[in-house]
Amino acid sequence: MRITHILLAALAGLSLAAGASEPPAAAPAAPAAAAAPAAPAKMLSSTADHSKFKELQQSFKSGPEVTKACLSCHTEAAKQIHKTKHWTWEWVNPENNQKLGKKNVINNFCTATASNEKFCSSCHVGYGMENAKTFDYTSETNVDCLVCHDTTGAYKKLPGLAGHPTYKDIEFPPGSGKIAKAVDLPKIAQAVGKTSRDTCGACHFFGGGGDAVKHGDLDSSLKKPAKYLDVHMDAKGLNFSCATCHATQGHNIPGSRYTPTGKAEDAAHMRGKENKGNPASCQSCHGSAPHKAKERLNSHTDKIACQTCHVPQFARAQPTKMTWDWSTAGKLTPDGKRMKIPDASGHHDKYDSIKGNFTYESDVVPEYAWLNGKVKYTLLGDPVNTQGVTKINEYGGSPTDGQSRIWPLKVFRGKQPYDLETKSLLVPHTAVGYGEKDDSGFWANYKWDAALKAGAAAAGQPFSGKFDFVSTEMSWPITHMVAPKADALTCTQCHAKNGRLASIKGVYMPRRDANGMLDIIGWLLAAATLAGVLIHGGLRTYLGRKG
Amino acid sequence: MSAHAMQKLYVFKIFERIWHWSQAGLIIFLLITGFEVHGSYANFGFEKAVNYHTIAAWSLVGLWVFAIFWHFTTGEWKQYIPTLAKVDAMAKYYLFGIFVNAPHPFRLTTLKKHNPLQRLAYLGVMLFIGPLIWFTGWFYIFFDKWHAWGWDKYLSLEWVAFFHTIAAFMMLLFLIAHVYLTTTGHTPLAHIKAMITGWEEVEAEEKK
Repeated sequence: MRITHILLAALAGLSLAAGASEPPAAAPAAPAAAAAPAAPAKMLSSTADHSKFKELQQSFKSGPEVTKACLSCHTEAAKQIHKTKHWTWEWVNPENNQKLGKKNVINNFCTATASNEKFCSSCHVGYGMENAKTFDYTSETNVDCLVCHDTTGAYKKLPGLAGHPTYKDIEFPPGSGKIAKAVDLPKIAQAVGKTSRDTCGACHFFGGGGDAVKHGDLDSSLKKPAKYLDVHMDAKGLNFSCATCHATQGHNIPGSRYTPTGKAEDAAHMRGKENKGNPASCQSCHGSAPHKAKERLNSHTDKIACQTCHVPQFARAQPTKMTWDWSTAGKLTPDGKRMKIPDASGHHDKYDSIKGNFTYESDVVPEYAWLNGKVKYTLLGDPVNTQGVTKINEYGGSPTDGQSRIWPLKVFRGKQPYDLETKSLLVPHTAVGYGEKDDSGFWANYKWDAALKAGAAAAGQPFSGKFDFVSTEMSWPITHMVAPKADALTCTQCHAKNGRLASIKGVYMPRRDANGMLDIIGWLLAAATLAGVLIHGGLRTYLGRKG
Repeated sequence: MSAHAMQKLYVFKIFERIWHWSQAGLIIFLLITGFEVHGSYANFGFEKAVNYHTIAAWSLVGLWVFAIFWHFTTGEWKQYIPTLAKVDAMAKYYLFGIFVNAPHPFRLTTLKKHNPLQRLAYLGVMLFIGPLIWFTGWFYIFFDKWHAWGWDKYLSLEWVAFFHTIAAFMMLLFLIAHVYLTTTGHTPLAHIKAMITGWEEVEAEEKK
């Protein structure tokens, strides 16, 4: 019996080796494969097969134990991570000394991390961040290597566990009756590899509380996109990973919304050559005059970001959230239960008691603005605009500063709580830790007063006890999901009276702009000349006949 | 019509005629495509209009290079030396004389094939409208190089477009007047025929 198993396994291994172009993921399909030592089905592109490392052949009990093993060879890795925003959740903008980073910014989605870390830190590259203020940022073993370097897809950090994966089977979400299995740390650790669309996407596709919610140009459809969605990531074509563009050195990933490159001026530069430019810009590969067949288009590149024409819409594969009104949150069913009301599509909610009202949209035409890469946030303590709209973030840029281009933006609009006396945005304490009893969490008890009080306390901000909701908007430059060139904008989508750039000032666009006075005078003179010659000719004919 | 004896004079040489008609075609085409780019109407579609306009513009530049060369090597440029002599007589003729069959105040010869008003008009087209339209057009065409060449500090596309449009309107006015004035020969088509064949019919010189 046992011999036949081994034979079967060997056969399965052989057949896999023969079809070497298939990824090893096919292996579990052969039922007997588990019984035999797994033969590598495919030549590794890496020179190291981590499954052969003794350091990784242990029965790891926790994430930090795995990290300890990683660091025994990759001695500098944790030190590198310690310097990144992924770890510190903090970044000081050298332009204006604003303290940004997840620890500090407020957005108009789930608003802020303070008091909610156990939940939010499922997207922290560390273990055990229960409180961003008291977390030990010097710990090397608390760096989570696997969340970025997992290749199995089995590594999951559930919200509420303060950045840990599950080490035992638990009911998740609590009370749902569904079981989340413990992750198989040894298996995952032995299969580590390069980052991928899946690992980056595990957080970045799901920002704002769900798939496609936040960005509009980043969602799970990019795990295996077709060409129409992304020419570079096309799974059957160029198959770029995120890091192909976000070319990383020392774990410091370039291309951040906190320091976007408004106007990349580089000629295309060779990878590996020293260059201070942002490798995650289009220009870093394509240069500034990329149009060969239609050279006239190159006359646009000084003023217009590539994305403006080449990302014609965002949310092209699935809808993205466009508005979020927190002021209506907390309405319950007559028997005091949380309610969800689906929207017309049936795939999303338009109301959820814990969050308020939303709208989702697909194939959204972006808004456009001059961007120079500078950005100013409305942070805790900054006054809100109670008369109009408060800009959560405001990108700098103008037609005349020489550093701007016209960019497409997703503008996300909402209403969120602010303090009537301090006029500052407030941080609600929403999510509670897994299995905890916490009366102040809004998502547990729907009480704004308690939630805002707890949030303010955690954020270290005064709270007067009086609050209301203020309209806010937040801009997200659109840059991913570059469409095939056939789907890029055509001339007249902007070169028209009411085209996409109708509201953009400071640039003369033929067919959109013309000097009205000159046109009136010009055509009047032309008409007068024509009338003059017709009268002259008529007279000549008339008098000639008469004579 | 005129009872005078007519005599044929070879005034427009083959190059001149080819130049004239291809230039006429190109200018009309440039006006059609240009005003579409400008936004006055729609016909070819913006992208095609831009492309056609650019191709036609470069063709006309090429033609002008030949024409300038021809005018200087043949000495024909002297035909455009402006003169004010008889300009008043010409104006009076077009305003009054032409209606009563008065004699044309200008007698064309191969050395003076343009009347004084023509000289002024053509010189204006070549020395004013032409350069205005060329330079603004080139600025337009090379817009993508402005930044690299540092021109963006001095130029604004809005003003370039403004003057290009002014020049275009002036060319349109010229075209309307010019076409009309071709009908003022001894027969309505006489001048046009001459521009095709090269031979102009003029009143025979009265022998002494």
